[in-house]
Formats: sequence, C-alpha cells, structure tokens
Amino acid sequence: MTYTTLSLTLIFVLIPLLLSKTLKLDLEKDTIIATVRSIVQLLAVGYVLKFVFDSEHIIYILLMITLMIGTATLNARKKGKAIKGITWKIALTLIVIEAVTQGILLGFHIVPATAQYIIPISGMLIGNSMVLSILFLNRFTAEIEASRDEVELILSLGGTPKQAIHNQLTNAIRASMIPTIESQKTIELVQLPGMMSGQIIGGADPVQAVQFQLLIIFALLTTAAISSILIGFLSYPTLFNERMQIIKNSISK
Amino acid sequence: MNSLNEIAISFQNVFYEIDDLSILNNITGEFYKGKITTLVGPSGAGKSTLLKMCNGLISPTTGDIFIGDQPIHSYEPTHLRKSVGIALQSAPIIRGTVFHNLSLPFTLQNKKLPEKDAISFLEDVRLDHTFLHRQAEDLSGGQKQKISIARSLLNRPKILLLDEITSALDPTSVNEIEQLILKINQKYGVTMIWITHNIEQAKRIGHYTWIMMEGQLLETGESTILSTSTNERIQQFVNGVQDL
Ligand SMILES: Nc1ncnc2c1ncn2[C@@H]1O[C@H](COP(=O)(O)OP(=O)(O)OP(=O)(O)O)[C@@H](O)[C@H]1O
Ligand SMILES: [Mg+2]
Repeated sequence: MTYTTLSLTLIFVLIPLLLSKTLKLDLEKDTIIATVRSIVQLLAVGYVLKFVFDSEHIIYILLMITLMIGTATLNARKKGKAIKGITWKIALTLIVIEAVTQGILLGFHIVPATAQYIIPISGMLIGNSMVLSILFLNRFTAEIEASRDEVELILSLGGTPKQAIHNQLTNAIRASMIPTIESQKTIELVQLPGMMSGQIIGGADPVQAVQFQLLIIFALLTTAAISSILIGFLSYPTLFNERMQIIKNSISK
Repeated sequence: MNSLNEIAISFQNVFYEIDDLSILNNITGEFYKGKITTLVGPSGAGKSTLLKMCNGLISPTTGDIFIGDQPIHSYEPTHLRKSVGIALQSAPIIRGTVFHNLSLPFTLQNKKLPEKDAISFLEDVRLDHTFLHRQAEDLSGGQKQKISIARSLLNRPKILLLDEITSALDPTSVNEIEQLILKINQKYGVTMIWITHNIEQAKRIGHYTWIMMEGQLLETGESTILSTSTNERIQQFVNGVQDL
C-alpha cells in the first residue's frame, strides 16, 4: 500500500466526522485526536519495528519489551492507585507473564527466536495482561467496597486477612478471567481475530495463520490465569496492616 | 466501685482520630472481670468505635489499652479476637446458609461444627432447627441478630462485646436474649461490655455502666448512676431516652 492509497482511507474518518457534525454528537474533537494519535503512534511503531527487525539485536528486542511493559504498567496502575506499591506489582506481573510465555515458546522451539516473532507475540500477551489487570483491579476494589462488613466480620472472629478477603479475591480472579475464556468460545467467521486477519491480508497461508492464532489463544489462557492470580495475591496484603486491621481508605479512591 | 474487682480491660488516655476528626477523646477507665458493663450514650458518641478497639479491629491513635495486665498490642491479633468475641452492630451475614454463618468461627480454624452443636446454639437464641439450612440473607433483621449473637459465642470468648444486639428484637425475644447473656455471664464468668440505647435494659442487666458523649467518657459507676447522676447532660440524655 502506498501513502497515497493510505491517505484515501481517511475517507473512513471523514464519514463519522460528518455524521457527528450533522447529528451534533459532539465527537469531532475526539475523533480527530484519536486519528492523529493512531497515525503518529502506529507509524512510529512501524519504523521502530523495521529497525529492530533489520538489526535483529538482542539489546533492541529487550528494549522494546521493556518499553511495552513500562507503558502497560503505567496504563494499568491508574486503576489501582489506592493499592500501595501497585506500580511494581503490575510490572512484576507483566515480567513474569513475559518470562513464562517466552520461556515456553522459545524453550520448546515453538517459534523461532527472532524479533519478528518475539515482539508481536509479547505485545499481544502483555497488552492482554494489562487489560486483565485493569479488569481485576476494578472488580477487586468493587468487591471489597461492597463487602467491607463481611471482611470486618471475619477479622473480628479471629480470621486472617487472607481468610477475610478470600471470597472477594477469588470472585475478582474469576470475573477477570471469564472474558478471555468466553471470547475464545465464540471466535467464529464473522469475527476473525485481528491477528489472523492481518496475517491473511499480508499474504500468509490461512492454515498457518490459524496455527498462530491458536498459539496466541492458548498463551492468552496462561496469561489470564497468571496475571489475575499474581496481581491478586500481591495486592491484597497491602489492604491490611501488621495488626490485621483494614487500612482506612486503602480501597476508596 | 469496689477495689476487690479484678480488671479485665483498662483504657488509659485513649484518643482516636480519623483524618484529624476526633472520635474518642481521652478515654480512661476500667472494665471488671466477670461483670457486665453497659455502654450508653447518644448516636455517634463513639461506643462502637470503643468496642472495636477491645477486639483489636482498630487501634488507638494514642493511648494504651490493657487486656488483663498486658498491652493489647502484645497479643497476636487472631488469638486476641478469639478470646475477645464481638457481636457487631450491623450483625453482618455472609452468603450461604445459617449453618454456614454459625460455623464460621470454626471454619476459620479449620474445625468442623457438628450439626447437633449448631442446633443447640440456635436453640440458645430461640431459633429452631429448621433454620439451620435456610439462606441467612433471607432472614429478618431480628433473626440475623440472633445468628450474630450465637456466632459470637462459638469461640467461647472470655470477654464478650455486644453492640446493640437486641435493637431489632421483639420484647419477648429481648427478654430471652437477656436471660441467655446473663446465664453465660454467671455460668462461665464471662466479662461483658454491652452497648444499648435502652436505658431500662442497661439498668436491668448491667452491673456497671459507662456513659459516653461526643467521644468522651462522662461518668462511670454502678448502673444506679443512670438514675442518680447529678450531671445535667446525663440526666437530659437518660430522660430523653425514657420519653421516647
Ligand atoms: N470508619 C469511619 N470513618 C469516618 N468516621 C467514622 C468511622 N467510624 C466511626 N466514625 C465516626 O465516629 C463517630 C462515632 O461512631 P460510632 O459508630 O462509634 O458511634 P456509636 O456511639 O456507636 O453510635 P450509634 O449509637 O449510632 O451506633 C461518628 O461520628 C462516626 O461518624
Ligand atoms: Mg454504634
């Protein structure tokens, strides 16, 4: 695709702009900002990736992964600001995800150890883990907020913080994992997964595209399980002090 | 108060603040072993806050609390809370059956509560065995209170903290619960602190009383001070309550 043809795709931006203007949806500004952002960001990513793929140097690969983990961490931590040390807890979770998944993929020679594989797969898994962490933190704080009485009751009867928070923790872990599992049940033709579509358009063999999609789907299950469980077990202790008391305002934003 | 009484809990210059807001203001006083002390005072006086401190759910901002002759913070929190039981004001219920709720203190210690023991605890609070497998959330406010009382007895605490445990009960049930608590007090020598808005109840059941207002301890003494106090604010409070 040339830049001339690419610029023609801006028609797709014009249509919602016009509609928004006529119907007074007041979405023009957001649409323009979103468009400019995606152009700048994605093109930048494209050129950076090209550079990394061409050089195929381990330092650049590590740098890219660090960048992805860093960005994802900053995104996710907004949801858990009330939890002490949430930033490094999310970062640690993402690092574990990356280490476990790449360890398996590269260790068993499932994919070649080249930037072309490592970086996109890392991107998808880290991105997903970030979304999961956000889902988890939302749900976890809501669960605790809604059942403060119950948490206090269990503590008052001589239960430990872990016992007091157990239901809320498992509920939140389950709730954040369900979308991953559900979405995989419903993958079908009308909703070809993005990566697969991209590969097919790029000229890859559809069967091979499916194989990679399956790889991602399976890896996402591990990602989902590890991220919510890890972030859960890392974050719950910060809600209590060493006297096993609920820390005031540890939850509410 | 007579000096022969052994001290079960003592407060020494206890202050409690939340975000610079004073909740408890320089509380100093004693609760006696094996006695029932009632805690009365207007809403927001800080009664529940004080009770939660005795169970270690919260700690003073400054000041000391002693359980027996040891500072409260020297006890391991789960041990403290098992021997200083509390029936919380909101009578919280966890999702599940009455049996599930009743056996919670045991479940937390990986012990099983035999069903026949559960039934006898239920009968103590005048609920029959058919309640055992009902969903606790579906119970009435008063029934939940009864479950909460029974549950607080399971650990056989040496000190029992009762936060308005009869506020949602009918007169017959109030009487039955009072008899039950008095029996436990006499039979096992359990030290009790009982918060109530019912001044008549405080006179009936309490050996001693603490009268609190706006985070301060106004007066302590035998329950008779509820009638004989010369403090104007106390007289007003007591009479106001009786007029209701
Ligand atoms: N967690 C909290 N956050 C903010 N304020 C609190 C908190 N807990 C208690 N307070 C405040 O402390 C004061 C005392 O509350 P407490 O529950 O001890 O009163 P109480 O004497 O038990 O009243 P009632 O008879 O209505 O139960 C109240 O003004 C209350 O608003
Ligand atoms: Mg109260």
